[in-house]
Amino acid sequence: MDELMKTIREYVIREYIEEGDDREVTDTTPLISGGIVDSFSMVSLKRFLERKYQIQIPDAQATPEAFDSVTKIAELVRRFKPDA
Amino acid sequence: MAYSAKARESYQKELQALRDAGLFKEERYIHAPQGADIEVEFPVGQGVPPRKVINMCANNYLGLSSHPEVIAAAHAGLDHRGYGVSSVRFICGTQDIHRELEVKLTEFLGTEDTLLFPSCMDANAGVFEAVLSDQDVMISDRLVHASIVDGMRLCKAMQDTFKHSDMGHLEEKLQEHQDKRYRMIITDGVFSMDGDLARLDVIVELAEKYDAMVFVDDSHATGFIGKTGRGVHEHCGVMGKIDIITTTLGKALGGASGGCVSGRRELVEMCRQRARPYLFSNSVAPVIVAGALKVMELVTRSTERRDKLEANTVFWRRGLKGIGLDIKDGDSPIVPVMLYNAKLAQDFARDLFGEGIYAVGFFFPVVPKAQARIRTQLSAAHERHHLEKALEAFRKVGEKYGILGLGKNQIIEKYGL
Repeated sequence: MDELMKTIREYVIREYIEEGDDREVTDTTPLISGGIVDSFSMVSLKRFLERKYQIQIPDAQATPEAFDSVTKIAELVRRFKPDA
Repeated sequence: MAYSAKARESYQKELQALRDAGLFKEERYIHAPQGADIEVEFPVGQGVPPRKVINMCANNYLGLSSHPEVIAAAHAGLDHRGYGVSSVRFICGTQDIHRELEVKLTEFLGTEDTLLFPSCMDANAGVFEAVLSDQDVMISDRLVHASIVDGMRLCKAMQDTFKHSDMGHLEEKLQEHQDKRYRMIITDGVFSMDGDLARLDVIVELAEKYDAMVFVDDSHATGFIGKTGRGVHEHCGVMGKIDIITTTLGKALGGASGGCVSGRRELVEMCRQRARPYLFSNSVAPVIVAGALKVMELVTRSTERRDKLEANTVFWRRGLKGIGLDIKDGDSPIVPVMLYNAKLAQDFARDLFGEGIYAVGFFFPVVPKAQARIRTQLSAAHERHHLEKALEAFRKVGEKYGILGLGKNQIIEKYGL
């Protein structure tokens, strides 16, 4: 089990899935294009990652495409912290 | 020519993609003043004669859009203060009646001061940038109106959101942002798609506990929510405790146009000095100000219209439930009939129109995926016979699609998402 992906997935479920919403979040579920995370609420996910992994993700790289699945987010984090 | 064939083709493709996705918005032409009975031309431009229908989708909550006293006051305003001011407010566009209306709105909302804007969209676009900076944070409910989202985007303060009406989640966010200079909690008073009310009593309590300001857009509440129609802050018993209220003259308060920022004196003054949509666009036209002054007189004089709206709302909600339709519970005159499936919502609305009822289907991206619905809105202009006819139409169309008595899961099982 990839710990980084697990952490991201757990945060996404806790932060974005409303009570009574039974949608499943897998590592490849489209988050932004799938309407689970809107681009406005993405800010809290970025801040969570920056705090948790002590990295700075430049706004230019924090695109909806880069945040569109747990796998893609993990790839983005590893660009700044390869051992995460 | 700068507008090349390539550019034209590209835009045409983009528009076609909207049509293909069923997201292309089409206007219907109304051949009548706003009211419960209107004449609608649809489809447009094809020589189809306008059809008489009952309007179930206007924001004309108090039925004042075409009220004779409001129309007479607007005529008098036109005669005495002219058609246009040809200026922004701070150059030579402030008439005595602009300030008079601001004072009336302040009294009505129970705030310290008010500033008029060309629309509430403009008020929301300008207010955050005027009062917050990069040392602050804006924490908004995730279902706030698009104009608030746009206003927040124009502001340098940090943006964060909390799950819709989830007070526990809001509290977590307030704790998380204690390092900021100012925290501002941002919410709609009545949420326009679901018709539910913000829990302003809890929000104010949290704001006091965590030293935050409270912002409420009460556009779908001013004039009729609360015992005397002051808004959700009256309904929740927190009048005088909301730091900024934005609202509109474009819905219950006459329905023409114009909006305002109302609240703490200094915050309103900051808007007067810095809010760009106020500074750089024309004053609200005198004819609208004069009409709105009459509206303020009417809503202050009597609660008769908001009481009738409340009775209509109770009758309508009870009626829809009685025929077995799945509605979102609540107290507001925004009553969504849940259909979940986007195509079903479109078909249902089309068939209602065939039955003489005008209501619109909403689906993603206007509402979340799998939450398609028909949003109905009540008005004090509706008489009982309008609502009875509309209920019969909903029953007939609901029966056609076999959804009467079905809940969410059963409708989804039948029609998919």
